[in-house]
Amino acid sequence: MMKVLDWRRFIPSGRTWVIALPFAWLCLFLFVPFLLVFKISFADLQFGIPPYTPLAEIKDESLSLTLHLRGYALLFSDNLYLATYLSSVKMAAITTLFCILIGYPMAYYIARSDPAIRNYMLLAVILPFWTSLLLRVYAWVGLLRNDGIINSFLLWLGVIDAPLEIYRTDLAVYIGLVYAYLPFFILPLYANLVKLDTRLLEAASDLGARPISAFFSVTLPLSLPGVMAGSMLVFIPTVGEYVIPEMLGGANTLMMGRIMWTEFFNNSDWPMAAAVTCVMVLLLIVPLVLFQYSQVRHLQSQKEV
Amino acid sequence: MQENRSASSWSGVEDEFVRVDNLVKIFDDTVAVKSVSLSVRRHEIFALLGSSGSGKSTLLRMLAGFEEATSGRIYLDNEDITDLPPYRRPINMMFQSYALFPHMTVEANVAYGLKQEGVARNEIHERVFEALDLVQMAGYSRRKPNQLSGGQQQRVALARSLVKRPKLLLLDEPMSALDKQIRTKTQLELIKILDQVGVTCIMVTHDQEEAMTMAHRIAVMTEGRIIQCGTPYDVYAFPATRFVAGFIGSTNLFTGTITVDESDHVEIETEDLSRPLFVNHGVSEPLGMEVHVSIRPELISVSHVQPAYERNWGHGLVSHVAWMGSYVRYQVRLDSGKVIECHMPSQTLAQADAPEIDDEVYVSWSDDSATVLPS
Repeated sequence: MMKVLDWRRFIPSGRTWVIALPFAWLCLFLFVPFLLVFKISFADLQFGIPPYTPLAEIKDESLSLTLHLRGYALLFSDNLYLATYLSSVKMAAITTLFCILIGYPMAYYIARSDPAIRNYMLLAVILPFWTSLLLRVYAWVGLLRNDGIINSFLLWLGVIDAPLEIYRTDLAVYIGLVYAYLPFFILPLYANLVKLDTRLLEAASDLGARPISAFFSVTLPLSLPGVMAGSMLVFIPTVGEYVIPEMLGGANTLMMGRIMWTEFFNNSDWPMAAAVTCVMVLLLIVPLVLFQYSQVRHLQSQKEV
Repeated sequence: MQENRSASSWSGVEDEFVRVDNLVKIFDDTVAVKSVSLSVRRHEIFALLGSSGSGKSTLLRMLAGFEEATSGRIYLDNEDITDLPPYRRPINMMFQSYALFPHMTVEANVAYGLKQEGVARNEIHERVFEALDLVQMAGYSRRKPNQLSGGQQQRVALARSLVKRPKLLLLDEPMSALDKQIRTKTQLELIKILDQVGVTCIMVTHDQEEAMTMAHRIAVMTEGRIIQCGTPYDVYAFPATRFVAGFIGSTNLFTGTITVDESDHVEIETEDLSRPLFVNHGVSEPLGMEVHVSIRPELISVSHVQPAYERNWGHGLVSHVAWMGSYVRYQVRLDSGKVIECHMPSQTLAQADAPEIDDEVYVSWSDDSATVLPS
């Protein structure tokens, strides 16, 4: 008798299929496009369609791979790019800091309020998402311009003699960024704070801690995973943000998104734009890995018994 | 410093340490605590016993300062503490769920209260380990709470609530998070530690056995009121109401009318018994009044032989016999249909004439067994 090979064991289990779907999605729409960008970053500019040299060519029966490092060389030799990276990271960091300073009290207040009105307050946080970001940033243009609502009002009050120069400055970009990304900070932090066991605060109070001391010794340390998650959700997209600095920033507002746009559309320098992108991704992977590490460690410390 | 803590030394009221005066707590539209007054003596272990919703936890939370009293005053060691916030009260609490800080080590948890007080660092270290030694947890000082078992967490919580040497220790359902098997052992250990420290203690529990094991005095609460307060013996032997009689241990209740009211005895007629109930002490209730009579199961004996006297017995059929180890539990259906419970010593079953199921039997009790309850 012939032994029949059980082919069924080569069919993946249901569990695998469930994971396979998002995995395939990420592969197809994130990883493959990134590989394309990565490939382009090693090409050179050329006239035509596409406007860059191919990576591999078969000519005279020989396969030649050509890696052009022009983009990367320029990136590290021209101070503009380095300054832009630093400026982007700086702006993202300051934006994150202000989101923490403004968002923490808001998330804390919502988490501590009556469950009946909590949902309305959360709704108010999410409400801006119901209109397009572009529209909301345009609204800020109207508010911040020299002849905008804020300046007109302050002039009318007599508080200032000349309009405040906010529009087309870094300050306007900060205002726009903090405004746009604040909900991304509040939501994960709220989710963390609302789960906090209030008996721990009672225990702290019972042991002699004033409310402020109980906050710094119990609430704050226990909410750090929420702060971390919120900060990452603000910091990472802010580094590459294009729309807000473009619409509210001045000519000297240096941010990665704008550089990429300029290289890609104005200069038609695809390899350069790709190189800028690849370095930025590498730059963002560092905080992401740190974040992941802290999350995993947090989960493990909760599971350990 | 150590005083004699046996039950007999609690007869006087001279050493009033905690006094609660007409304390009331109203939440929105429900009255959780209705005018409760009580006093606790120095070094006493006092239990608030009641089922859920009896107001015992709210009372404890008012003592700790987590709930503001609607009216009434709380005095501790002759000081009015009613308006003090929790962090100013010389009171520490061991929480039901222990409420250990999950992000701190055992050592940091115990040190927390001392740090808030601004105690010098080397003294903190000394006192923390003194407290951890007391609960035999010094070897676990670097662990996090989630690396400890329930029993170990409880010890740390106890150390944390004792390290500040509070004037009053509050225990909120101290054993509820522990397995039944280790409860009795833990209760005895806890009493030993409290005795060693000599702290005054108020505990809240729904478990009457726990209250009777640990407390010098018990206050039985229901519907926001204390209905009886006394030593475990007093509360068990002389319940004030039917509720107390039924809540502390099990009992048989008869309802009847007083037919003979003498200064040294009363007789009560009840529909459930063909012979009158005889009680060998006078009662304050008048002739003809309807009263309730409680007779504990262990005071009733079951026999095939009809008693020679004409009172305090009933006739019926054994409807169930259960071997409980230390005693035998008989359920006897009286002729009236009422089922009463009787506990007999377990040797009874070994006797040749031991009543068995469906046997016709007589249940009887002595003249001093019954307690008359007005309500």
